Amino acid sequence: MPPSGTRTVSTPPTAPAVDPATLRRLLRDMLLLRRFEEKTGEAYALGKIGGFCHLYIGQEAVAVGAMAALRPDDTVMATYREHGQALARGMTARAVMAELFGKAAGCSGGKGGSMHLFDASLNFLGGHAIVGGHIPLATGAAFAIKYRGGDQVSLVFFGEAAVNNGAFHESLNMAAVWKLPCIYVCENNRYGMGTALERASALYDVVQRACSYDIPAEVVDGMDVLAVRDAVHRAALRGRERKTATLLEVRTYRFMGHSMSDPIHGHYRTRDEVEEQKTRDPIQAFAAKLRADGLLDDEAWQAMEAEVADEVADAYRFADETPDPDPSALTTDVYREI
Amino acid sequence: MSLVTYRDALNQALREEMRRDPGVFLMGEEVGVYQGAYKVSRGLLEEFGPMRVVDTPITELGFAGIGVGAAMAGLRPVVEFMTWNFALLAIDQIVNSAAKMLYMSGGQLPIPIVFRGPGGAALQLGAQHSQCFDSYFANIPGLKVVAPATPADAKGLLKSAIRDANPVVFIEGEMLYNTKGEVPEGEHVVPIGVADVKREGTDVTLVAHSKMVGLALKAAEELAKDGVSAEVVDPRTIRPLDVATIAASVRKTNRCVVVEEGWPVAGIGAQVVDDIQREAFDWLDAPVLRVTGADVPMPYNKHLEKLAKPDVPKIVAAVNRVLYRA
Repeated sequence: MPPSGTRTVSTPPTAPAVDPATLRRLLRDMLLLRRFEEKTGEAYALGKIGGFCHLYIGQEAVAVGAMAALRPDDTVMATYREHGQALARGMTARAVMAELFGKAAGCSGGKGGSMHLFDASLNFLGGHAIVGGHIPLATGAAFAIKYRGGDQVSLVFFGEAAVNNGAFHESLNMAAVWKLPCIYVCENNRYGMGTALERASALYDVVQRACSYDIPAEVVDGMDVLAVRDAVHRAALRGRERKTATLLEVRTYRFMGHSMSDPIHGHYRTRDEVEEQKTRDPIQAFAAKLRADGLLDDEAWQAMEAEVADEVADAYRFADETPDPDPSALTTDVYREI
Repeated sequence: MSLVTYRDALNQALREEMRRDPGVFLMGEEVGVYQGAYKVSRGLLEEFGPMRVVDTPITELGFAGIGVGAAMAGLRPVVEFMTWNFALLAIDQIVNSAAKMLYMSGGQLPIPIVFRGPGGAALQLGAQHSQCFDSYFANIPGLKVVAPATPADAKGLLKSAIRDANPVVFIEGEMLYNTKGEVPEGEHVVPIGVADVKREGTDVTLVAHSKMVGLALKAAEELAKDGVSAEVVDPRTIRPLDVATIAASVRKTNRCVVVEEGWPVAGIGAQVVDDIQREAFDWLDAPVLRVTGADVPMPYNKHLEKLAKPDVPKIVAAVNRVLYRA
């Protein structure tokens, strides 16, 4: 629990929708992220995808829950582990997979790659690959919202390792001083690459960082898609109505290695730990909940699996077949004509 | 024309552009209530209010990034660094965020932002407050780098920089703020990427930018007394560099000295020399020489400091060597 001095909000002012179609949609979105990332891993192993590639498997409830609480005119920024956020924000599996393949039809024209997914039309303002470096950018987007007198919010995802970074502290300080509608979503998956939080951070509870800036903060179960959605919903209300920033520490776990070059458990965590965490699989947990509530049966689940499998297979096929960028693309987009 | 200081010329540019476009705002340390550490922003808070003239904490990385984020959201920030020395704390945002956003987003996100403030050596400020970073930023595709020498250029180029759709690194001369010059009345815009021949001559070309233009002009006067006609070319913009104007001058004079306040290794002059040897090789009658800051951190002692900086005698000596008179 956060210490006293941090103003937390524990009860939702208003609850988001809980109708069956919405709930099933959340499950389907998480399933799409999972199957997409599994296919991405295969494609990487086949050499179809180059460079660094960081899978999101295990953390799906965070992206899907958070996006479900946002409006289309809110802005979103993410880290280099952002395939899931891009899909959850509404980018097509084709556009994301084609970008991973470096193709012209990719969401960033093949120039961004796995770590730089963009779709300005969805206000998905990137995948950024310097740890913590995008936190000021999202704060700037929140500044622009306030500058224009809007009621949108700016939401940014980052890992728990970024909270030791100056960019994080400078941003939260200015967001608090200037009252900016920014939602800081810390995905605490316990490891910054291979360094456990406890080996890198003087404070073990990320949420305590909010004390320094006197902004509302909550600890959220990142394996529970509804908990994430509801926490982001509350944060968004504070941003929209009171121009107040929020820090959310969303506790989650990465089932895969840091990147494709890192084995699943490596030297920094045990196989047992990973296996134990997998028992908290956010997709299985939510599917079980829907079954218990009578909102999902075997037939519906299998139909969902089949639909998602088709979507991912289609994206893979498309990404494989669609052309590389024309060589002339090398020198475009360096400067914009005035 | 009216006689105004470099400082006030910059102030005019900011004021006019903020009146012209409500998306333009200024942020930085002491830009508002204090009226600017160097008084460039004098009076702007009173006219435009605290939402558009934003005093920041001393957190260059953070507020530079906030500026870039605001530009991603469609505003036109002018981010003031109290000096470029402090901008090193923000170089990640300038290089990794501002310069690359358009490219890595496949052309979706232009970053119309100006990073500005004083650069170069002042007087006895020591190693951390006296340095030129022009070549650091000129190395980066996606940035434009501007370093005006006169009040008229300062005003006209800052207006262009604010209107530009790309990130512009605008390096003002810390020792130039009090200098006066003629500035045209009314709308005065100087295009980025166009050099200016500050003095015409026939015997040797001096390429110099920012504060070095003044030294080059003084050297040209000294040389004139000795019967040498020196042409002074001010690139005004380091990136993109107006190679055509420099090369045309060298083809006319056949000799060239490049003057810069920064360090010699991988400096601006190294780039200019490279361009000249490709564009004007057959016209050269002597190797191109460079006058640069000494390859040392800036010393505090005033005698040592003088040794570390380019000056008129060093420029004259270099010219005599390319004329084979030394």
